[in-house]
Amino acid sequence: MFITWSIIQSALELGIIYGLVALALFLSYSMLNVCDLSTDGCYTLGCAVGSVVALAGHPVLAIPAAMLAGALSGFVTALLQTKFGVESLLAGIIVNTGLYTVNICIMGKSNLSMNSTVTVFTVAKDLLAGTIFADYYKLIVGLLFLVAVLVLLLLFLGTRLGLSIRATGSNPAMVRSSSINPGRMVIIGLCISNAITALSGCLIGEYNKSCDINMGSGMVTIALASLIIGETVFRARSIPGRAIAVVCGSCIYRVVVAIALRFDLPASALKLVSAIIVAVAISAPQIVKLLDFQQKKFAARGQRFYRMLAVAFGALTVGGVVLALLFAQMRALMLMLAVLCLIGGAWAAVKDRKAASVC
Amino acid sequence: MLSLENISMTFNPGTVNQKTALNKVSLEVADGDFITIIGSNGAGKSTLFNAICGSFYVDEGKITLDGQDITFLPEYRRARYIGHLFQDPMKGTAPNMTIEENLAVAYLRASKGGIGFLSRVSKKEKEQFRERLKELDMGLEDRMKQPVGLLSGGQRQALTLLMATLVTPKLLLLDEHTAALDPGAAEKVLKLTERITAERHITCLMVTHNMQQALALGNRTLMMDAGEIVFDVQGEERAGMSVGDLLEKFRDKANKALDNDRILLSTVEGQR
Repeated sequence: MFITWSIIQSALELGIIYGLVALALFLSYSMLNVCDLSTDGCYTLGCAVGSVVALAGHPVLAIPAAMLAGALSGFVTALLQTKFGVESLLAGIIVNTGLYTVNICIMGKSNLSMNSTVTVFTVAKDLLAGTIFADYYKLIVGLLFLVAVLVLLLLFLGTRLGLSIRATGSNPAMVRSSSINPGRMVIIGLCISNAITALSGCLIGEYNKSCDINMGSGMVTIALASLIIGETVFRARSIPGRAIAVVCGSCIYRVVVAIALRFDLPASALKLVSAIIVAVAISAPQIVKLLDFQQKKFAARGQRFYRMLAVAFGALTVGGVVLALLFAQMRALMLMLAVLCLIGGAWAAVKDRKAASVC
Repeated sequence: MLSLENISMTFNPGTVNQKTALNKVSLEVADGDFITIIGSNGAGKSTLFNAICGSFYVDEGKITLDGQDITFLPEYRRARYIGHLFQDPMKGTAPNMTIEENLAVAYLRASKGGIGFLSRVSKKEKEQFRERLKELDMGLEDRMKQPVGLLSGGQRQALTLLMATLVTPKLLLLDEHTAALDPGAAEKVLKLTERITAERHITCLMVTHNMQQALALGNRTLMMDAGEIVFDVQGEERAGMSVGDLLEKFRDKANKALDNDRILLSTVEGQR
């Protein structure tokens, strides 16, 4: 069978654990309005600390240790941007760069293997052995952590402190005039979000039984893609709804990845897709505005812009498929671009129908 | 209750853009005062407010509020005692949070020791917010779950006023807070301002460009020019003044005609 339950299951497992990073960005990016670019390094940091502690024989202690390290990294990022006037994006990049060395120091080398190490996953496996849940131990561990984080995060956002953090993202001046130090809110928010990111890194390390210095590369874009997929697909309004949607977005992303891998696409190709998803999703309102303007201009001349756009996308799709068939090297990339063009073409066709029905 | 002793503030010192925005300004504000402030463009009215509320620390001088030296207290700490409203109605509220959530954040000013940061907003408090919203008479009490971004400018400014006075401040700074609103909304917000400050006994400083308003409201009027208070009038003398007298006085004190375009426009309108 092309897609088996076990493929879906492992996609869900990854989706749930990576969903934690998406939740962390939900707090820092959606609530606090800070794009935290130290996410990549912090994720690896969590894995490094967790792995080292687990290798030392403390699988449970690894979790809080990783989270503490993450919180510390978030504290430094936040301190740079609130107290020392470093631009928030730059603060993230600086910390991210520094964390590379820190991570190497913690790990001692660039790759750790935990093949025979006791981790929370092996503990759960032993506990559940013989029960009907035996096959689902990874899913259960992931879900336990996810639910715990989700519940605590939602409870937190409902408190006065949580409200102040949300208000800081929305209007810092108003927070200041409510006698709250917005800098402190950024610090608290980033400590929490980075602790969650590090937790995810720690769990992924124990899940894969390995820790690699480059494992975090591109994590911030992937998590943002999950966040945006979740928010656009489910269009939830309430805070709890949005948080759950973000986790679902992460699961969707991982299922798509699993399907793509079944097409023999290299996993590396997916970074481009994530980048395109994030870029398109964030620029979507502006793109639609531009295109609608073109449509207006063309309509004045009696032409249908969206029809032309749909045709162009269709041609690109066909071209992509042809190129993919001709050149094996670029097959993965071309197929993926073709799929994106197909989606774009379909969207343009729908817009064309709508525009025609208005006329 | 508020006392400014020789406060000075120079922006961009040592550059071609050097500007002395406040030049040894001294001011004593009595408890319960409602002072209106007028002045030409760039006279230092907003700078004076920003110095009082702590947007920056003054170069020289001392600021005391109720006997407490607040010269070096950061802005967010002063905000516990000082409310500040701006011309822009968007400045005082968080647009993508609901009315209720905005009020809850504003209510944190009462939190000194009283409210735990990890507690939630109680039913009783929500009821209290609803009661206060009712006083605005804008129907906002039925829209508490709606994001503030959906409100009109007048409604947002009224809400900001409510938020600034939800926990009664010692001092309220109003920086042309009705100037960006349409006449109807401006009047409504002004009425609310008068009522709330009177009911809660709030000492108030208000910058306005409307000369009539400057004389009609409050008990004392200040005129500023070039970073200084050039004219300070209250009591009998103020009661007998007309807009013409005020303009005359300004020309006399500042040695030039008042050049605030908005004041002049509104004065012309008033005379027509």
